[in-house]
Amino acid sequence: MSYLEIDRLTVRLRGGGPLLRAVSLQVAAGEVRGLVGESGAGKSMIGKAVLGILPKAAEVVSGRIVLDGVDLLALPPAERRRRVGASCALIPQDPLTALNPSRRIGPQITDRLVDILGWDRARAVGRAHALLAEVHIPDPDRVMRCYPHELSGGMRQRILIASAFAAEPKLIVADEPTTALDVTVQKQILKLIKEMQVRHGTALLFVSHDLGVVSKVCQSLSVLYAGMVLEEASVADFFRAPKHPYAAALLAATPKYTDPTAGLIPVPEATLVAARAEVADADRRTGHV
Amino acid sequence: MLDGRGAVRRRAGVRLWLSAVWLGLLVAAALLAPWIAPKDPLAQDLFLGRLPPVWVAGSEPGYLLGTDSLGRDVFSRILYGARIALVVALVAGTVTCVLGAALGLMAGYLRGWVDVLISRFIDIWMAFPPVLFSILLIAVIGPGLGSIILAIVIIDWTRFARVVRAEAMAQGAMDYVASARVAGRGRIGIMLREILPNVLPTVVVLLTLEMGIAVIVEAILSFVNLSISTDDPTWGGMIAEGRASVHQAWWVLVFPLITLFLTVLSFSQLGEGLKDRFDPVLR
Repeated sequence: MSYLEIDRLTVRLRGGGPLLRAVSLQVAAGEVRGLVGESGAGKSMIGKAVLGILPKAAEVVSGRIVLDGVDLLALPPAERRRRVGASCALIPQDPLTALNPSRRIGPQITDRLVDILGWDRARAVGRAHALLAEVHIPDPDRVMRCYPHELSGGMRQRILIASAFAAEPKLIVADEPTTALDVTVQKQILKLIKEMQVRHGTALLFVSHDLGVVSKVCQSLSVLYAGMVLEEASVADFFRAPKHPYAAALLAATPKYTDPTAGLIPVPEATLVAARAEVADADRRTGHV
Repeated sequence: MLDGRGAVRRRAGVRLWLSAVWLGLLVAAALLAPWIAPKDPLAQDLFLGRLPPVWVAGSEPGYLLGTDSLGRDVFSRILYGARIALVVALVAGTVTCVLGAALGLMAGYLRGWVDVLISRFIDIWMAFPPVLFSILLIAVIGPGLGSIILAIVIIDWTRFARVVRAEAMAQGAMDYVASARVAGRGRIGIMLREILPNVLPTVVVLLTLEMGIAVIVEAILSFVNLSISTDDPTWGGMIAEGRASVHQAWWVLVFPLITLFLTVLSFSQLGEGLKDRFDPVLR
């Protein structure tokens, strides 16, 4: 049975149009699922809905988010927060804003273990220390006493990864974890995330607009367009032969670094029109307009 | 880069120290007034009226900064005046700060109807002319130290609320708040443990500014005779009395004025200096 099951989840802007249109997807325990699509396709929104951090302007209209057999949307808010906090974590996009700038690194990692999961402080500190060493941070003791601004972006992203794994979550949402980093650091961070994921057996919902990255990290992926899942496939199948025309166009648009003279290839207009028509059709069928 | 930052910090240090020394002297004066004041601040002696400061011809030894038209020692009255000024600054400043910052934090982080309610309330509140409002207030509840403090709190909490609201809104959109929410922290926990530490440097600067403002407001109210009973020496009251005889005895007006000016300046510089020194983001 899958660890996370999203069933026809529809999210709408309060008083506005839909952001997610009956999205369904399953993530098995220990699976790495990529969510790809262009900006505004709703890929981050799925992760936020699962973690219960949708922006105030968005609301869930219908559907179910079943985590480990329990429908999160049916739970009272406090119970939902407790359950998500104990079994899920977030690796955010921008390491520069994802650590509290006025608190030291150590307490930022240990506080949630102590305050929310009820660990004793010594055990939490030991755990944080071990994790920082695990993400290859030299001199964890010194780093734990640092403020975030004293560390580089790559270091901070390593810390965020360590922090995400701290409570041994079963599911981690990685929301474009390497977008804010430069390319050389990006590669190390991806390798680290993959390495940690394999070692801890964590399921990963990996949000990205970079198909190249997804092909290296994920086992399966969902292609989103305008809040709708157009294609769901294993990474091997997808990169061999994408089924949906939009997904194929998206794959064709990925820059090939082997040929520097080739320009950027946009998704053809006709494909976009067809995809939009499909979304409009679905809206008519489901009655969400 | 490093040299530039060092230089900035040294300058901030001088500023911080000068203002801290002045305020330290004031605190000492306020605490020790009964022991260090050379004369009784209320003792009148009409034979010794309008004596100039000791370095001017015609002065009397022992009256350091001269006397006012009733023969009261200006220096001793300034020392005693520091008591009321500092109590007003500390109490009114702190209460205003806590009230305003709490409301601003709630409006900025919780948003929604809480924000609408508090923001509209601030807009309406700020439309009242402040001096008129405080005069009216004191006319209703009667003069006294408590009334002055209350007037300052009621008028000035909006200053904190607006600034803290804007800061809390900016901080609330940061990823670290999202992470804290995922980890299961409640709203109050996030406001107090995640957002508050980041708005604190701004709050400290505002607080010290507010203390300066509180001293001025107290002086203004004393000036229009709505402060403490006329017996207690206050700087504003002294300035008001000095105004009448400024052509014959300038010192009665000028010395409390200088004291007031240096105090307000020190408060604001103290805030800036503290911010430069303790804000981990700037440091």
